[in-house]
Amino acid sequence: MSSAVELCRGVWRYRGFITSAIRGEFASRYARSRIGLAWLVLQPLAMVVVFSLVLGEVLAARIPGVESPFGFAGYLLTGLLAWTLFAETTQRLGTVFIDHASALKKVAVPRAALPLVVLGSVGVGHLVLMLILLVALPLLDFPPGLHWLWIPFYSLIIAGLALGFGVLVGTLNVFLRDVGQVLGVVLMFGFWLTPIVYPVEVLPDALESWILLNPMAIMVMAYHDALLFGRGPGLGVAAVALLAVLLNLLAWRVFRRASPDLVDVL
Amino acid sequence: MTRAVLVVDGIGKRYTRYASEWERVAGWFGFKRPPLEEHWVLRGVSFRVERGEAVAVIGANGAGKSTLLKIITGTTRANEGQVQVAGPVSALLELGLGFNSELTGRQNARHVLAMQGIDAERAESLLPEIEAFAEIGDYFDQPTRIYSSGMVVRLAFSVATAQRPDILIVDEALSVGDAYFVHKSFQRIRGFRELGTTLLFVSHDPGAVRSLCDRAVLLESGRMAMEGEPSEVLDYYNARIAEQQAGTVRVERRAGQAATHSGNGFARFLDISLLDAAGKPVDIAKSGQPLCIRAEVEVTESVPALVFGFMLRDRLGQPVFGTNTHHTEQVVVSPCADSRWRFDVQLPAHLGPGSYSVSLALHAEDTHLSSNFDWRDLALVFQVVNLDLPTFVGCSWIPVKIHVHAHPLPSAVLS
Repeated sequence: MSSAVELCRGVWRYRGFITSAIRGEFASRYARSRIGLAWLVLQPLAMVVVFSLVLGEVLAARIPGVESPFGFAGYLLTGLLAWTLFAETTQRLGTVFIDHASALKKVAVPRAALPLVVLGSVGVGHLVLMLILLVALPLLDFPPGLHWLWIPFYSLIIAGLALGFGVLVGTLNVFLRDVGQVLGVVLMFGFWLTPIVYPVEVLPDALESWILLNPMAIMVMAYHDALLFGRGPGLGVAAVALLAVLLNLLAWRVFRRASPDLVDVL
Repeated sequence: MTRAVLVVDGIGKRYTRYASEWERVAGWFGFKRPPLEEHWVLRGVSFRVERGEAVAVIGANGAGKSTLLKIITGTTRANEGQVQVAGPVSALLELGLGFNSELTGRQNARHVLAMQGIDAERAESLLPEIEAFAEIGDYFDQPTRIYSSGMVVRLAFSVATAQRPDILIVDEALSVGDAYFVHKSFQRIRGFRELGTTLLFVSHDPGAVRSLCDRAVLLESGRMAMEGEPSEVLDYYNARIAEQQAGTVRVERRAGQAATHSGNGFARFLDISLLDAAGKPVDIAKSGQPLCIRAEVEVTESVPALVFGFMLRDRLGQPVFGTNTHHTEQVVVSPCADSRWRFDVQLPAHLGPGSYSVSLALHAEDTHLSSNFDWRDLALVFQVVNLDLPTFVGCSWIPVKIHVHAHPLPSAVLS
């Protein structure tokens, strides 16, 4: 545990670096575009509008238990909100050390802070999409409720899960480059093994209980429950939170062990 | 005052190759398997650097200099041994690497300061000084992608030295940039040294090493080959370069300094002496006095050519004057084996007061780098004192005439 404390202290010391790196990332991403940071909002906004129009008006897809014509759009957007936080974080953490290879090899970069920079910058995007969705959902006939307050906690749990998983994959990927390729395939399977584009009820009963072994399925369903159906969390969410903690303990342990070799192999 | 700020104790760095990387991964969890191949790029390197000292690290490419510096700065870790560093280290290696080209100079400066763990408030207070020192004008608030490489170096140097570090690591990277800024940076480095900053300097430039450093460490294929006075170590290093074809290098103590001695011995010095005008040996000379360096030489094997060279050096080992018989077009062509030669160098001691040394060399071509027969550093050591000339400073006596006129010039002088 002392090493965990030491790690946290290091991260605190470099908080300036982390915030500055996150800011720098957005600044460079939108540096030469005319409307700059507005894209940060416009892109997710466009996604919400297109999904709502196409699914609600054109295809008029329905999901069981929801009367509104925009039911499926709301369902899909909510699921995507949760999933993209996880997928984007792990995807980028998978290559975080490789992406910074040239700097890591030559100057003393606070390397443990790099995953937090990634998490922070994905987190900002997530927050923007979340706020847009919170405005859009009432317009799509999902009135706000007290259970919406669960969402920040759920986001933290997903972020924790993704951080642990991503750091583990990112560290291993430096040594075993196939791991990064496998991650892409795993995320693709994961997307379809998570009830995002389909309601869990459409699955055969045998499969429905198995899918709950997927922690992201539990989290996506928790998002659905809180934002769409006005339900609080079940025990599953607590189990995922515990899993996230354990995964982080493992991942950072591996990272520390690998750390002396990390720069040499890059 | 003699507090070591940097202790390098038995450092070793190993690169390993495993049959499969899985074995390496398993090793982190205690399932150790011996690696397929181990390669030590650095081993058994130990030295101490006291507060305020300046130490040069020299060595050929691939000798392990960069690895050593990376271990000291914390970029990579040693596999054995320890490095103890007291206080902040600032490294002027890879200047500008942490920069994001889309950000302005100011934003990059903030970012790099944060990377060093400096908090935002302190960083903000350092910015005006960084801007002033870099002297890049309005470019400071422009994205660094439009900078010239010289401007990047200016900015990076200013950021890296914004705070006086306890240990400053300087690489040859510094020699890029224009003369004005190089001068300015060395001035800042000298200023730091006066305030107690320890300097670790990596360079191939003997002049810079001699003028800046108190001590030098020579690395040779990852091992410490020598440690000592910069001029001793540089002489030894030079001799090693010359020696890569044949022979061995010997170092003997002479006049309290290590003297390097190398060559294949095809021709060698029998006797070396410093004489005055009357032909009597001297070891203290007066400024302006005529002197003669006499070298008795024996050719032991028949060689295509014999060139005699000499170099007069000052107390720090900096060259004062040197030439050889190739340049004076007095090459001895095809001397026979077992012949003897005498070289007399007549030189007036147009030198300032101080201690001087003479290096002598016998070789076949215009430099000692090929076919080095005999090379002797510190072959002669002598003192120069100023007894009868007007007082002057510097290592060289230049016969000057100073005319003093009252102004406006009186007509008597003009007529």
